[in-house]
Amino acid sequence: MKYLYYQGCSLEGAALEYHLATLGVMNAAGVELIDIEDWSCCGASAAEATSYLLSLALPARNLAIAEKMAGPRDILVPCSACYLNLKKVEEKTREDRKLLDKLNRILSEERLQLQGKIRVRHLLDVVANDLGAEKIQSMVKKSLINLNVAPYYGCQCLRPYAVFDDPEAPRSMERLIEATGAKVYQWKMAAECCGASHMNTKMEVGIELVAHILENARGADAVVTVCPMCQMNLEAHQRKISRRHHEDLSKTILYLPQLLGIAMGISDKELGLDLNLSIDNRFYKKLDKAARQKPKWRAGKQHPKPDPDSAGVRDAAG
Amino acid sequence: MTTAADKKTGYPTVAAADKLAPIQKMVRPCIQCGTCTGSCPNLFAMDHTPRQLWRLVLTGQKDEIFKSKTFSLCSDCYTCTLRCPRGLPLTEAMDALKQIAVEENLKNYRHSSLFYESFIRSLRRHGRVSEMEIMINYFAGLMSPLAPFRFVSLGIRLMLKGKISARWPRTPRMPLEKIFQKVNELEKHT
Repeated sequence: MKYLYYQGCSLEGAALEYHLATLGVMNAAGVELIDIEDWSCCGASAAEATSYLLSLALPARNLAIAEKMAGPRDILVPCSACYLNLKKVEEKTREDRKLLDKLNRILSEERLQLQGKIRVRHLLDVVANDLGAEKIQSMVKKSLINLNVAPYYGCQCLRPYAVFDDPEAPRSMERLIEATGAKVYQWKMAAECCGASHMNTKMEVGIELVAHILENARGADAVVTVCPMCQMNLEAHQRKISRRHHEDLSKTILYLPQLLGIAMGISDKELGLDLNLSIDNRFYKKLDKAARQKPKWRAGKQHPKPDPDSAGVRDAAG
Repeated sequence: MTTAADKKTGYPTVAAADKLAPIQKMVRPCIQCGTCTGSCPNLFAMDHTPRQLWRLVLTGQKDEIFKSKTFSLCSDCYTCTLRCPRGLPLTEAMDALKQIAVEENLKNYRHSSLFYESFIRSLRRHGRVSEMEIMINYFAGLMSPLAPFRFVSLGIRLMLKGKISARWPRTPRMPLEKIFQKVNELEKHT
């Protein structure tokens, strides 16, 4: 299996471990990922909040570059925000020829052209439907039998385009969690919003949304996410939230491929577990590794950066 | 502000040149059922409910819309868009309101405008965004010496993990300049 791979800005920085774990799991499963050459930012939610046309032109550029490349026609996207932005162009241009022409007038400035031949796929879609739970199960080396894991989907991989799962009652992660030997923690927050960029501009509101999610995760050993924004919101403010709610609401938050990778026996380093902001000792104990120490603090400093040659053209300092 | 009534619907309309006009078109079939209000995760922090906001849009009450916090509290979860029985693009309508607020540099939307502008500036300079640069520009723009403190501990944790760099961001390469200019040009004509 081969896919084009859109890494996205977050996965170069604050969500580097998502990138590492995705590569780790895909590599172990024999899936080849081909970087999109000279990809650029999808615009996130900032482009949409400033200019409608820009919010479509930025992802369109990446799709047009992908079309020019040889090989697979499916782009694998781990970040839900990137996924939605790219998907939006795919969906809108399919029905709206005038919009496609307009975008092509913009893209022609870079001698690019969009024809609509690329299919945008979320990482969860590919893992759940192309690889499948049975394949994952066959690769499990260490059953996570003691763990109770809460699947957290967030919003933008599910809505507004219901592509691979029920947009309000999603279940695609459940079989994957079960494949690792862990139990699925049933909760009502799986498809609720984490507040997205509220955490930067309206922190009080963001904190409340995340607190509600963490409160509902009380009985779980870990929450797994498929989006860098969800991950950051859930893991980065736990101390503040616990203080405000007079209750220890700290929780291990992992990216889905990290959980799968742990069960597959991929090393902590390869999965970037030392880069997570919130993995507590209770989790490691439950992993039946009481003897094992938590990855060293500051270990991230020595972390191997992704190979620059494999990632298309980058800045010298990138 | 309000001019004549729409011939078909009887609603008062704003002048066609008004920025609200395209948003009115988006929510014209709204039946005021309140499904959007019942679906919104940010409702607890809003002053007007989403349902009320669409009514304000349809009746062209621009001042009231932009005095309200409601549109700025949309976190793009798309639940209302998904559930709307009329199939209206409500999240996009919220974004369209945000675009007006950014364009008009509205005072009570300053934090969000600054954040988005810092983001777009970083994106325009490098083609990809640098989290550190966004936050530095954002704090500089806020001009409030206390604002960064809420983020200091997170910033330090990210730096210690090697996830964000304390170095001054890369020199600009402006790889998307042609695209940005063409978008601006096309937007002026429409």
